[in-house]
Formats: sequence, C-alpha cells, structure tokens
Amino acid sequence: MNVVPEARSMNTVPAGAGQAAATVPSAEPLLEVDGLTVRLRVEGAQRSVLRDVSISVSAGEAVGLVGESGSGKSMTARAIDRLLPRGAEVSGQIRYDGVDVMTLSGAALRGYRNQVAMIFQDPRAHVNPVRRIGDFMTEALRTNLDVPAAEANRRAADMLDQVGIADGERRLRQYPHELSGGMLQRVTIATALLTEPKLLLADEPTTALDVTTQAEVMAILDDLRREFGLAMLFITHDLELAAAICDRTAVMYAGQIVEVRESALLHDDPLHPYTAALSAARPDIAQTATRLAAIPGRPLSAFEAPDSECAFAPRCPHAQDICRAENPELIGLDGGLSRCARAIELRGRLLLEPAEGGQADV
Amino acid sequence: MSELAPPRADLGSNGDGPVLEVSGLRKEFGDLVAVDGVSFTVPQARSLAIVGESGSGKTTIARMIVGLERPTAGTITACGRDRSSPARSARARRRRGSEVQIVFQDPYTSLDPRQTAEATIDEVLRLHHGWPRERRRARMDELADLVGLDERQARALPRALSGGQRQRVAIARALAAEPRLLILDESVAALDVSIQAQVLNLLADIRDSTGVSYVLISHDLAVVRQLTDDAIVLHRGVVVEHGPTAQVLDSPQHAYTKRLRASVPRPGWKPRRGALLGAGEEPATP
Repeated sequence: MNVVPEARSMNTVPAGAGQAAATVPSAEPLLEVDGLTVRLRVEGAQRSVLRDVSISVSAGEAVGLVGESGSGKSMTARAIDRLLPRGAEVSGQIRYDGVDVMTLSGAALRGYRNQVAMIFQDPRAHVNPVRRIGDFMTEALRTNLDVPAAEANRRAADMLDQVGIADGERRLRQYPHELSGGMLQRVTIATALLTEPKLLLADEPTTALDVTTQAEVMAILDDLRREFGLAMLFITHDLELAAAICDRTAVMYAGQIVEVRESALLHDDPLHPYTAALSAARPDIAQTATRLAAIPGRPLSAFEAPDSECAFAPRCPHAQDICRAENPELIGLDGGLSRCARAIELRGRLLLEPAEGGQADV
Repeated sequence: MSELAPPRADLGSNGDGPVLEVSGLRKEFGDLVAVDGVSFTVPQARSLAIVGESGSGKTTIARMIVGLERPTAGTITACGRDRSSPARSARARRRRGSEVQIVFQDPYTSLDPRQTAEATIDEVLRLHHGWPRERRRARMDELADLVGLDERQARALPRALSGGQRQRVAIARALAAEPRLLILDESVAALDVSIQAQVLNLLADIRDSTGVSYVLISHDLAVVRQLTDDAIVLHRGVVVEHGPTAQVLDSPQHAYTKRLRASVPRPGWKPRRGALLGAGEEPATP
C-alpha cells in the first residue's frame, strides 16, 4: 500500500521497513483512493461519513482496514464499489487501473464490479433465500458476461470445489437455508471469484463465523488470493486477524485513517493511541485480566466527529490541549503514518502507559 | 454504579446447591443427534463456558435450559427444580424466568423494534415483580445505570441505538428478572472491541455484586478466558473436554480443543486449509 499525500509531501521514506518496502510495488497501484470525502444525509442533515481517506492497493497486495462500527471502513469499501446510497456527495478520487471510478455507468460500471468483487459479513443477508445457490452464483456470469447457463453451472461447481465444498452439483440445487453460515460464506466467496476479479473487497467476511471456520475461510481466501493474484482490501475489527493476513493495515476512527502500519508491527508497536487502546482492550487468551483496559465512551461515528479537534481526544488517555486545538494531520513516522498530535512524543510509550488517566469503564 | 439486589432467599429448597445441573442431556432433530449425553454443573457464583463451533449443539443446550426446546432425554435442574419438561402454568413459566435468563447474540433481532428500552425493561419488572410504577421506575433507573444507558438511550427505540447499546438493553432486560443464572449466548460477539471490553467488565461487576452465575456460550476463547472459571468443549453434540478454563486453554488435551486453540489469530499465525468444518459439513479433502 502506498502512503497518503500528506506523508508523501513529508518525504518520509521508512528506514528499516524492508518488509513494507517489499510490498510496495514500483508500478501504478491497482486501486488508488485519494482524499475521499463522502457526505450523506444523516439525521436530517448532510454530514461527512468519510473524511479525507487516502489508501491504495497494488495488484496482489492485501491491505487491512481496521476499525470499530461507524469508523467508515465499510463506507470506504462501498464507495470503492460504487454502492453508496442515493444522495451521497463524494469528493476526492477513486481510480482503478487508472480509470476514474466515479464516472463509470451502465456496462462500464458492471464491468468494473466484475473486476472489483465484494464479499460481506453476513452471507445470509446477501443471498436471496427463495433462490437456489446455483441461481445466485451464476447470475453475474449469465447476465453480465453472457455465459450460457450450463457452462456457468459448471464453473460454479468447480469454484465450489476450490473453496472446499464437495459435491458442487448438488449444492447448486440447494437453497441458502440448507447451508451453514460458514458454508454459505464460502459460497459467496466462490461467487465473488467467478467473474475473475482482480480486487476483492472483503467486508468482515469471517466475523460471523466460528474460529475454526474462520481459519478455514481465511486460509481459502489467502490461498485463492495468491493463486489468482488477487489484491484484497480486508475490512475487519480484529487487529490480530488483519495482522495475520495483510501486508499493511490502515486503522480508521470516526471516518478518518488514523494510522497506517506494516501489519506485523501494528499490535506490538502502534503509532496511534487508538490502535494501542484497541490492542489493550482485547481480552488475552493466555491470561485473565483483573480488569480489561476498556476505552471509555463509545466509538464516535464519523458524522459526529468535530472537524476542529482530534476525534479520539475525548477517549484518549494521552489527550492534551494540543489535541483539542485542531484535527491533527497524518504524519509519517517509522515507516508508518499516524494522525496524532503527540505521535512523536509518545513514540514507543503507547503500550507502556496505557492507563494515564484512562481505563475508565462503562 | 448501583448495586443490584442481593440474591434472594426464597429460591427453593437448595439455596446452597448448584444453580444449574445438566445430566445426560440429549436432543434429536429427526435423525440428527444435536446434543448427546451432555452433563455439567454450574455452582453458585461460578461461570461456565460452553465452547464449540456451529452445529456443536451449544445453542441447542441453551435453548433447552431456557425451555425453548424440549430435551429428548436427560434432566435439567435449575435452582433445585426440574425443568426438563415444559412449564405447566404461566406461574411456573414466570418462576423459571426468575431463575434463568438469556441474552442472545444479536441485539438487532432480540429486541422488539416497537418497544423503547424503558418499556422493554419495565415489562419484565411488571411481570416478574408486580411492583407499582414508582418502584419499577426506580429499579429501571438502577438497571439503566448499571449497564450504562443514559436517559436518552433508555427512551429510544432499538433502531436509534447502536449494537453495544442494544446489547446493554438486552442485558438489563435479563437482569430485571433478577435471575440466578444468566445465559450469554455469544452476547458480546457482535460488539466493538472497546465496547466489548466495557461489557465484559460490566458482566464481571454484576457477578461480583449479585452473585449471578453465567453460562457463556462463545467461540471467542479470549472472552472465555476473561469471564469463566470452567469450560466444556463441545464437538458434534458431545463434550470432548471439561475442566478449569485456564487448564483447558493452556494445555488442551483433546485434538479438537487443540485445533480450536490453534485457529485463534495471533502474531505469526497463518491459517491453513483442512482445518475443522462445521458439523454435518463434508471436509474439503477426504
């Protein structure tokens, strides 16, 4: 993943980020989102739900987008796939393979969506319960790519095999309710891959699944991604999952990107207090905490966030006057990016002193 | 934060016995055996985790405990009273409700969309305690305070609340009946990390102040570690491992528990194909 404009202008080429550098290709990125701001009608007024989001994904690269609900991660994916609700005001640019995505319509837009496939969190909400699996799976092939039904069915059955579902022919005749959640999610992944996309937008695809099924689905995604050379924008609330799967991860809060970091470093060496707080709030499988370091308050939705101060400041144990004076810029730091006014000062100390006046609960 | 009322004294014959005893529990759906010979005990003020994957029967066990399913065989005893067969009267049903409550996973579908948070909680207070309006009001304020709902949220319809707020409403509703046992069926699974930590701390506080026991049904082993004393691991309806939570997670004995443990994302984790599939699903490769 490349960096956002502010950081580029700051000319901070990461030292000692060899692994990150290896994932940043020299060629043009496949997807480039630049200064994306989306305004939507929320509670009777036009409000910002995304603020100046810049992110890019290169061919074959996996980029994580982590955040809590309302942070704008799904909205980012929807904007990229042109699935925003009517009345959305969009500024900034989304370019795919050099083409301005916002100008696409009709056949060109359908073609784009074949290239940029999306899978969602809840497969059951994204299939029609009264239509058979085969009907659902082959729709895009038949209507967008004019593939004959028999051929479409054959490809669908083959793809089911790829995602670990045996007996594809029979599965195609089944209805969604006959399949478990994990199985149905594998069906939606298979469906997304049928149009041979180059970029997969995966919006919490394993959140509704059990851990063993999650491991299976992630392994399938990871395998197929490598096999087909797929790029992926992987949206999740799970820092550890993002770290395991993605080359780089962007952390969102209140409609903005607050940190971009090589995934492997995100958990143990965060640059932004929010990322550190997220890591600390998770219970640990290896030990029981007397008390979890809950982040006080609740995640702010983008449309509630003030423009004039750091959106995380009210919940941040490190907040000072400077944080309330202005919304900090995203600055380059140690090969990553952080939108924190005290980022440099707090460098390396975020996980050591998480409770500085924080740790309130409920 | 207000204190919940202490455990009541009028809880039947064995106030000191286990809150829940399940023995030889079996449930068949047609040819499918969903739960097979499951036994466990939840002592007072202790918490038990039921860990397993989709189709392992964990939710079926929960539904049998609260009376939404009838066991094919086996017994369920809560607070010393048998609840293996359906309650015969409204009164018996209510009594069961005051012993065991459940919080479901999905706060979006477990609340009535036309009922405000207040009305939801008030209904339970009226039904279970028959208190006059003033007293219900006071109790509702306590409950709202306990779970961290402000006044605006208490008066809001579910659609105006976030997932975490809705789950707080569901927890407050369950606590309104002053149960001895609360079944948490993936109740924190859908919550944001920062909110999940708050709710887990809240559940620990509630346990400390009321002595309520939890049966936590969860696939999240870190959450299980944080909230429970004992754990059973279910696989295809059968208990494959049973012991103190720390022991089950730190040195799993059964192959399935080991696989569960290995499926948890962690630094350096690489998912592998051919991991476990859901019950009734064919493996990817024979």
